[in-house]
Amino acid sequence: MIDYSVVLFRSPNQSIWAARLLKKAGIERRMMPAPRNLTSDCGYCVRIRSIDLERVREVLEKGGVEFLCIEKLA
Amino acid sequence: MEQSGIKTIYFDNAATSFPKPPGAVEAVIDYMTRVGGNPGRSGHARSVDAGEAVFSAREAVAALFGVKNPMRVVLCSNATEALNLAIQGILRPGDHAVTTAMEHNSTIRPLMEMERRDGISVTVAPCPGGRVDCEELLRSFRPKTRLVVVNHASNAFGVVQPLGDIGMMCREKKAVLLADCAQSAGIIPIDIKRDAVDIAAFAGHKGLYGPTGTGGLVISDDFDFRLIRPLKFGGTGSNSDSTYQPDFLPDIFESGTLNAAGISGLNAGIRYILSLQDGVRTVQSHKRDLAGYFIRKAGECVEGFTTYVAAELMDTGVVSFNIEGKEPSEVAWRLAERHGIMCRSGLHCAPLAHRTIGTFPGGTVRFSFGIFNTPEEIDIAVGALQEIAVEGGE
Ligand SMILES: Cc1ncc(COP(=O)(O)O)c(C=O)c1O
Repeated sequence: MIDYSVVLFRSPNQSIWAARLLKKAGIERRMMPAPRNLTSDCGYCVRIRSIDLERVREVLEKGGVEFLCIEKLA
Repeated sequence: MEQSGIKTIYFDNAATSFPKPPGAVEAVIDYMTRVGGNPGRSGHARSVDAGEAVFSAREAVAALFGVKNPMRVVLCSNATEALNLAIQGILRPGDHAVTTAMEHNSTIRPLMEMERRDGISVTVAPCPGGRVDCEELLRSFRPKTRLVVVNHASNAFGVVQPLGDIGMMCREKKAVLLADCAQSAGIIPIDIKRDAVDIAAFAGHKGLYGPTGTGGLVISDDFDFRLIRPLKFGGTGSNSDSTYQPDFLPDIFESGTLNAAGISGLNAGIRYILSLQDGVRTVQSHKRDLAGYFIRKAGECVEGFTTYVAAELMDTGVVSFNIEGKEPSEVAWRLAERHGIMCRSGLHCAPLAHRTIGTFPGGTVRFSFGIFNTPEEIDIAVGALQEIAVEGGE
């Protein structure tokens, strides 16, 4: 079983930006609806592999994308 | 181009560009037939793909204007909406605004409305010969000057204003600079950071070769966007738990479903221009060449052919002219009816610019060339104008 995490954003615009940056950096990611228990937003979140967590953080911070938090997916 | 049997020539690219480049129409079709979702609203593939298309357009616009953060591109339905957002969003009762005597109605009308309705005051700096008099502009500033609105390139005469000089002046005077780039985006290289422009408005359907119904605002990376009040409020796909408008870009200004089909086409249009060798510079030199060729040739061959601004100031492929003794509307009508040549006559929504140049209220005939026009088409048009110049009235 792969261990996944999700990155949560304030807006779908930010999450799409993030997904593109991660793709460019060659990091496996998938956009999916944000789980209800993690956010009350109606948009997306970006699912990543937990082992990529530090790289993801780095890419997003370097790219200037604001994210709310990164949570482990149960 | 064929239309109902006769070959047509399109010289009205300043109104909206035609034809669109390869890829722009296909991008709209692709959105309508394959993508199909509401950008940023749901987690399924159609919505995600639509969101990606819109984001890609933001990146393209940001690259074109020299802005780093693509979220600083606010998409609107045309340049007019973008200009209204900036003007009405920034000015408050009691404020003073400075503008130029070459403005399009899409900037001067919101300003005059706010003068009448909200008690702002407006000073119009003169533009002798078409270019703004920078000393007069400087003298127009008052302690309460909050906003300076400048038409970057005139839709009526193709004159380009010295944005960099004006930008420096605004920085010194601590006023916000809004540039109306409806006629310059995609035609003249623009770098809003270098020129100290705070906000730029663009039309997507002119020099950027997208469909009608596209346009927007570009907010410079270091401008405090909270100084702009939103023009509309509503659903954004973000902060859905709140009944208040989000306070971050671009959502704060983008309520309601975006024109994703049009924006997909706009993205392809801009990417086409960026893909040309030398990008926007290639467009500009092509348009300059066409305008120069037309002015020379018509000047030699067409009796009574008159232009109104110095040839070296016409920098965007827009040429306003008249034929002595002929009504502009009559010339345009004959060009269209007899020769299949489409252009625009009259005041071009810019009565102020025509007053400045001395062509009010009669107006001019305007040819505005696009990237797909050719010298051969100009030869045909000059031939047609030669005929019209010597014809009697009907
Ligand atoms: C200088 C200028 N500003 C603004 C506009 C308005 O553009 P839109 O029709 O996209 O609102 C135009 C278009 O005619 C223009 O030429």
